Amino acid sequence: MTAALIKLLYLLAAVMFILGLKRLSSPATARSGNTMASIGMLIAIVVTLVFQEIVGWREILIGMIVGSVVGGVFARTVKMTGMPQMVALLNGFGGGASALVASAEYFRYLEAGQGIPINFGVAIQLSVLIGTLTFTGSLIAFGKLQELVTGKAVTYPLQKTLNALLLIGTLGLAVWLMIDPSNPVAFAGVVIGAALLGVTSVIPIGGADMPVVISLLNSYSGIAAAMTGFVINNEGLIISGALVGASGLILTNIMCKAMNRSLANVLFGAFGATVQQIGGGPEGAPGDLTVRSLTHEDAATMLAYARQVVFTPGYGLAVAQAQHEVRELADMLQDRGVQVKYAIHPVAGRMPGHMNVLLAEADVPYDQLLDMDQINPEFPQTDVSVVIGANDVVNPVARHDKSSPLYGMPILDVDKAAHCIVMKRSMRPGFAGVDNELFYKEKTSMLFGDAKDSFKKLIQEVQQL
Amino acid sequence: MIEELVVLFVIFVLAIFVGFEVITKVPPTLHTPLMSGSNAISGITIIGALIVAGQGEVVVARYLGMVAVAFAMINVVGGFLVTDRMLKMFKRKPEVQK
Repeated sequence: MTAALIKLLYLLAAVMFILGLKRLSSPATARSGNTMASIGMLIAIVVTLVFQEIVGWREILIGMIVGSVVGGVFARTVKMTGMPQMVALLNGFGGGASALVASAEYFRYLEAGQGIPINFGVAIQLSVLIGTLTFTGSLIAFGKLQELVTGKAVTYPLQKTLNALLLIGTLGLAVWLMIDPSNPVAFAGVVIGAALLGVTSVIPIGGADMPVVISLLNSYSGIAAAMTGFVINNEGLIISGALVGASGLILTNIMCKAMNRSLANVLFGAFGATVQQIGGGPEGAPGDLTVRSLTHEDAATMLAYARQVVFTPGYGLAVAQAQHEVRELADMLQDRGVQVKYAIHPVAGRMPGHMNVLLAEADVPYDQLLDMDQINPEFPQTDVSVVIGANDVVNPVARHDKSSPLYGMPILDVDKAAHCIVMKRSMRPGFAGVDNELFYKEKTSMLFGDAKDSFKKLIQEVQQL
Repeated sequence: MIEELVVLFVIFVLAIFVGFEVITKVPPTLHTPLMSGSNAISGITIIGALIVAGQGEVVVARYLGMVAVAFAMINVVGGFLVTDRMLKMFKRKPEVQK
């Protein structure tokens, strides 16, 4: 009877998660959805504490207090620009927790000394493998985003071969463990192998491909939780883990499509390790191509007398933390009767939706943030498009240069506006290592310098008009 | 035993489809909160963590469980709080301005 009740209550928790996620379909209801999901989690935790046979409370209390404090402090103090790092860490802890639970179950079976039924064995191995890989992979992703580890793609000879061998070796050990579970050395081997795989599979992936990696690790953390559900025979874990797994996969797919690259290419392509310049050829310097730059005064005049201005933010906006200044300038322009919109590329920034969160922090209304499909038809009617620290996602090369690594990637058509102002620190190529044709176009003017400073100057100039 | 596994597997597969249906409706503007929120949900592994941390018999398992509880709790508390913090910021344009 109690067993049935527990199952039903876990089901209730899972249903709350689904309803909560459903409410994320609109920014207006999203917050209540998150609350709903958190109530579901509370139900799951309370049910576990009350109905499962808990005999020792010390470890539980320590774990809960430490976890709540650390999680709470992280959540309160993290800056909106640091959100990708935060999500990477959360992915890691989720995967790590699942791997630990599965390991603990393994030791319980071992202690009981009656062997491990094959189905639990498979689930334990999968959970440990995926969970550990998610943990170390996420730590590397965090390191890259936090710039503790180089953001560049790290490559070395025989990389793929070594990775493949590592994967085969780890899987081999896992299979061996299913046949002969009472071998702690092999178990340690699986853990170490999975941990190494996490590191070696994320390290060759460059900074701007992080949206894909984070989405994929997100998916893994869900799958690891679902596998743990098989281990402890709990439908709640399986349903919730599957939801998260699906969510991460969808995001991964969206990100890959937005770059016109396959997942395999992102994971193994070591994209951005080489630099390609316009005009091709090994030494092909841009030569006779000229770049026009303009003063803040000119830029301010251009913006103030425009009918429609579209801002296109990229990772540079997050680096400069200029979102508040952008909003301030946009407000001033709107007061002068200028239509202001924002064009958001799916892979702008370091994680899905990164730019939206930054601009939301600066109180930009979300109905001004337009997706690629919505905004692209509007560029021809736009007087000035302002590119703020975005590069590859606005490179026209993607439309026509078949030899370019960017070819085929859907881009924002900022060059179709009457004028285009590109705010950038220098002429350095973007992440893909491809020189940006946009900078040399006749309608394009460069506004060099830190985006935050530039915006402050623009605000002053517009005030004086 | 194998039937039990199959039932669980059926649930797993169906839940993935539910996930696909629900998540595809989330607009791109909410993708970051979606990730942090779904992260918090993957903290559901806390159930397993609590069970192993609270069982009496195996000491190693209990300590592994303790760390797992801490990790999962970071996920749950951190995930839901930070998602709420973000979602609080998403505002529509104030209707009447002039």
